[in-house]
Amino acid sequence: MSAPATTEAKPAAPTAAPAPPPPSDKIKIKVDGREIEVPKMMPDWQGKPQPTTMLQACQLAAHEVPHYCYHPKLPIAGNCRMCLVEFGTPQMGPDRKPVLNEDGTPKIAKSVLPYEPTTPRGAIACATPISPGMEIYPNSPATKQMREAVLESLLINHPLDCPICDQAGECKLQEYSVQHGQAESRFVEAKVHKPKAVDLGPRIVLDDERCVLCTRCIRFTKDIAGDDALGIVNRGSYNTIAAWAEGKFDNNYTLNTVDICPVGALTSKDFRFQMRVWFMKETKSLCTSCGTGCNIVVGSREEKVYRYEPRQNDAVNSTWMCDSGRLNYKWIGRADRLQKCGMRIAERGMLEVAWPTALKGISAKLASAPSSSVAIVASARQTTEELWLLSKLAKKFNALTDSVARNGEGDKLLVNADKNPNSNGARLTGISGPQLGANLAKIAEGIRSGSIRTLIVFGEDVTKHGIGADLLAKLDTLIVSDILPNATTAAAHFVLPGCAHVEKRGTFVNVKGRVQKFMKAVEAPGDARPEWEFLHELVHNVTGQNGFSTIEGLFNQMAHEVPGFAGLEWAKLGDTGVTVQI
Amino acid sequence: MSFAVPANLEAQLDELVTHYPQKRSASLMFLHALQEHFGYISRDAVEWTARKLGLQPINVFELVTFYPMFRQEPLGKTHIKVCRTLSCALAGSGELRTHFCSKLGLDAQKHAPQTTPDGKFTVEFVECLADCGNAPVVLLNEDLLPKVTPAQADEIVAKGKSK
Ligand code: SF4
Ligand code: SF4
Ligand code: FES
Ligand code: FES
Repeated sequence: MSAPATTEAKPAAPTAAPAPPPPSDKIKIKVDGREIEVPKMMPDWQGKPQPTTMLQACQLAAHEVPHYCYHPKLPIAGNCRMCLVEFGTPQMGPDRKPVLNEDGTPKIAKSVLPYEPTTPRGAIACATPISPGMEIYPNSPATKQMREAVLESLLINHPLDCPICDQAGECKLQEYSVQHGQAESRFVEAKVHKPKAVDLGPRIVLDDERCVLCTRCIRFTKDIAGDDALGIVNRGSYNTIAAWAEGKFDNNYTLNTVDICPVGALTSKDFRFQMRVWFMKETKSLCTSCGTGCNIVVGSREEKVYRYEPRQNDAVNSTWMCDSGRLNYKWIGRADRLQKCGMRIAERGMLEVAWPTALKGISAKLASAPSSSVAIVASARQTTEELWLLSKLAKKFNALTDSVARNGEGDKLLVNADKNPNSNGARLTGISGPQLGANLAKIAEGIRSGSIRTLIVFGEDVTKHGIGADLLAKLDTLIVSDILPNATTAAAHFVLPGCAHVEKRGTFVNVKGRVQKFMKAVEAPGDARPEWEFLHELVHNVTGQNGFSTIEGLFNQMAHEVPGFAGLEWAKLGDTGVTVQI
Repeated sequence: MSFAVPANLEAQLDELVTHYPQKRSASLMFLHALQEHFGYISRDAVEWTARKLGLQPINVFELVTFYPMFRQEPLGKTHIKVCRTLSCALAGSGELRTHFCSKLGLDAQKHAPQTTPDGKFTVEFVECLADCGNAPVVLLNEDLLPKVTPAQADEIVAKGKSK
């Protein structure tokens, strides 16, 4: 059943797959004097083909047109005017034929004001489709002047409080003002004062004075999250973003508005005032809170995680993630993390030991374990490589294995009912059957009857899943790896401190079969080590098989041996993964 | 205070909705009718309208805050609208409004319409009242007053206080 791996990029739920435009449909235009051929149609925010806009065409020509309200994954609003550009189109004669210059090239009529032919009339690049022969002047003096004017007007009522603003360092207003603005404010009138620190919802604070009224937040929450919660109240320069009642902006996607707010108006209560963005290290990773596997960037500094932010992957999460997944990182820094290996010695209880001692002790125990006397419960929160290494141990001992199913509620946008990040990894490596947890009762029964004498547990508290402390007490050997202490680690003969996913590298396979890798953001505390590292040693000690001591080698070997991953390579997973048949 | 729309008014509004291709198009008519009946548009009235038209309250509130003719609070008995547009502005309507405000203990720096705590006066700036030749112009409840002087303003205040 070796399924071919595919890399096709589907837009994220809930939109349907777009039909790519026929390749022949190209238009020739000029951007900043350089001729370029661009597709006639390009995907809009929902992935549907629409006439290519000037902004998209400029992007293809590597000219970034500054913009606030335009966002590739939101409906176009065209309200900020920041993307104004000067442009021209081929001039047509009375015979509807293009007028030519002396050298035979088509004459371009620049767009100008109707009764003021010396004044260029720009167009908003985000909402204006291109036409054949069009010339766009993204760097002309007229374009620059338009930008300057728009910025000046946007800054009229802005408090200019960057030193105390969380957005500083990733603020489009700051960036564009430096690139395109004027050094001095000409505005001498009194600024309009608007509400500060508005409590929009449990996770969001709004500073209306910093808002540039781009309506990205309104469009996101209405058109993507499906919660028509935000609007603009009042008129003219008193325009203010508001929710109907303070504190009520509370769907599971509100924090995405903080990401897309181009300025520091919407801020996350969780991240506000915690860390300057330019001090943080950014690491490509995944959310582990459900089977969707949203792609994220981990922001960390000095081995501490400060935030998760979504990372674009059109095959998985578009550019969004849910609030609950985003905020589920605090446990990583908990003070009660397991930090030392433990080994229980008769009469002396649990002793702290070094890794070699623990692994030697375990290897010795396993060496004398008869076939079928071992069982393995490995969490579908472990990485695919770890599950695969455990499956090697399982094969050696003909062990019963399983994972634990974790079911919750899903929604229409991203959240999946499967709360394990790697259920499909458990299935593909054979640790679990199609139904996670179906073997747990058999394992419990085996322990009760005495046929199972050794239990290996990775990342689950089995006392909560039908293998109670009374059963664990019957075992000869209980080997447990986990991140935080629980009733199972308390009953163990060997405790091996493992890593949160941000502390190691590896892959997860999401509910749709997307094999995605994640990188290491921070060091693990104390002696805690990535499970794949010590599992690799253990497998070597027990089976004599030698594998790879790097994650790349390990993954490639797994792909070689596990039919479901046939043809995959670590390097080819890229940043956004590859889909396998499930 | 419980909010209740009389049955006959509700029936009228329900009928009105049927004239529009989309329910939400009736929003303004609803707000006019509710303001006429209650004198102003309360938060309850916004929520009621949203419910009737299948909208979120914020959608209706956007309208209420956009149009100056919609009131979010009861009006004072004496309603003073001072024209702020060009002719009147040149003829001193700014000073005139400030005069009203200081006489009535209101904050002339504030942008929105203001009502005195005793509920007797509301003062606000409005756009052109279409009597530009007689600037500065005041609309006092339903009466258009041309060329209003500070002395006249004092009279208006005195009269309103005794109401
Ligand atoms: S709060 Fe931010 S995203 Fe929303 S309109 Fe203002 S600037 Fe745009
Ligand atoms: S939808 Fe799932 S994977 Fe995505 S952010 Fe939420 S919990 Fe994490
Ligand atoms: S980006 Fe084009 S108008 Fe805002
Ligand atoms: S400007 Fe005041 S009435 Fe026209």
